[in-house]
Amino acid sequence: MSEPDETLDCRGQRCPLPVINLARRVPGLPAGAVVRVLADDPAAAVDIPAWCRMRGHEFLAAHPDAGPAYDVRV
Amino acid sequence: MSASPVYLDAASAAPPHPVARQAMLAALDDGWADPARLYAPARRARQLLDAAREAAAQTLGVRADELSFTPSGTAAAHAAVLGGLVGRRRAGTTLVHSAIEHSAVLHAAQRHTAAGGDAVSVPVDRLGRLDLDAWAAAVAAPGVALAALIGASHEVGTVQPVPAAAELSAEAGVPLYVDAAQLVGRAPLPAGWSVLTASAHKWGGPPGVGLLVVRKGTRWESPYPADERESGRTPGVVNLPAVVAAAASLRAAAADAAAEAARLAPLVDRIRARVAAEVPDVEVVGDPVDRLPHLVTFSCLYVDGEALLHALDRRGFAVSSGSSCTSSTLRPSHVLEAMGVLSHGNVRVSLHRETTEADVERFLAELPGIVAALRAEAGVTDL
Ligand SMILES: Cc1ncc(COP(=O)(O)O)c(C=O)c1O
Repeated sequence: MSEPDETLDCRGQRCPLPVINLARRVPGLPAGAVVRVLADDPAAAVDIPAWCRMRGHEFLAAHPDAGPAYDVRV
Repeated sequence: MSASPVYLDAASAAPPHPVARQAMLAALDDGWADPARLYAPARRARQLLDAAREAAAQTLGVRADELSFTPSGTAAAHAAVLGGLVGRRRAGTTLVHSAIEHSAVLHAAQRHTAAGGDAVSVPVDRLGRLDLDAWAAAVAAPGVALAALIGASHEVGTVQPVPAAAELSAEAGVPLYVDAAQLVGRAPLPAGWSVLTASAHKWGGPPGVGLLVVRKGTRWESPYPADERESGRTPGVVNLPAVVAAAASLRAAAADAAAEAARLAPLVDRIRARVAAEVPDVEVVGDPVDRLPHLVTFSCLYVDGEALLHALDRRGFAVSSGSSCTSSTLRPSHVLEAMGVLSHGNVRVSLHRETTEADVERFLAELPGIVAALRAEAGVTDL
């Protein structure tokens, strides 16, 4: 698991909040940066990749046993 | 001010067909005796039960002795899965099922695995269509006792390739169980299954009646303690007035099914197109072509599903949702998860024989404003 440029801790938040907070953070990041979202709501596992698809970002990986964590390239 | 109600959740329970109501009232007067007894009122009840079975079997194109009435679609699904596994225990202990089965099938599968059996879940694609290559490999593996495939998804409407899946199962010598709850009374039944179940309140019959059909020659054994009723397939006395109503309304619904599908399918097309065009950041899910005539599902980005249901309810619209916040388990729908589509802000709209074009137009006129207001409230409008 390589280090991301930015980590967003959304643990304890119910969907859609992790996706909303990810979307709020992204405009402040340089293109190509990797964000790791920590989110324990089970819906994040579907909704973060779906958001990437809808917004044209690259979904890199899910780490189910570490957070769980989701890596996104913006 | 509350708007006039528009009920759009037929996939949970369709409003009762007028025929169901009439039949139920008549059978309450005439069919309360125990059909197993040997006196005149019992014989009358037995006649009503036999006639209901004959009518339902004829509508489905099966033999009357292949069809049993169960206490619900859920009970029928449990019996189909567990009985199919028991009947084939010498062939193996593996249940193969799609990833998008109804929870009734998945819970029966959990019971089976908790008792030491195996279950293999076969994936679907982004549109909710069964992966036939994975299905072929799964049913051909050694030790498969039964395969289960939903006829059409109750959550996203995608019709499954039952004939192709049935052929692959037959080549492997594995019987196929089809949960046809969303098809029966609405669409022609596919071929190739050995066991089939349905649920009366999906076609305008009363709640609390299911159908279990076991084709002649299928190795199926009741998973329940012994009981002679319903050919020994499902225990307990049947709710005869409801069964009579179920059979009568099934015949009526099936007679109108083609015309209703021709009326409702274009309304669903309209919802699919207009929601996609008029609500920003929405994902309309499910197969746009191979789908149920009456059901459509979409998800609205950044919107809380529960808040959306409540807002729609306040405007008089009854719909359901597969979003996690609307489920008791706080997990998103396993169907949306298996498809890999957005799960929050999810709405399932399902139409029925009383749905009018005006109902659909009112829903389409109000939805964009309702979603926009929820987004504004949450401060997510420009994300
Ligand atoms: C596909 C499917 N199978 C089974 C069921 C269960 O039927 P019932 O509500 O009669 O228990 C339903 C309804 O929720 C369904 O849609």
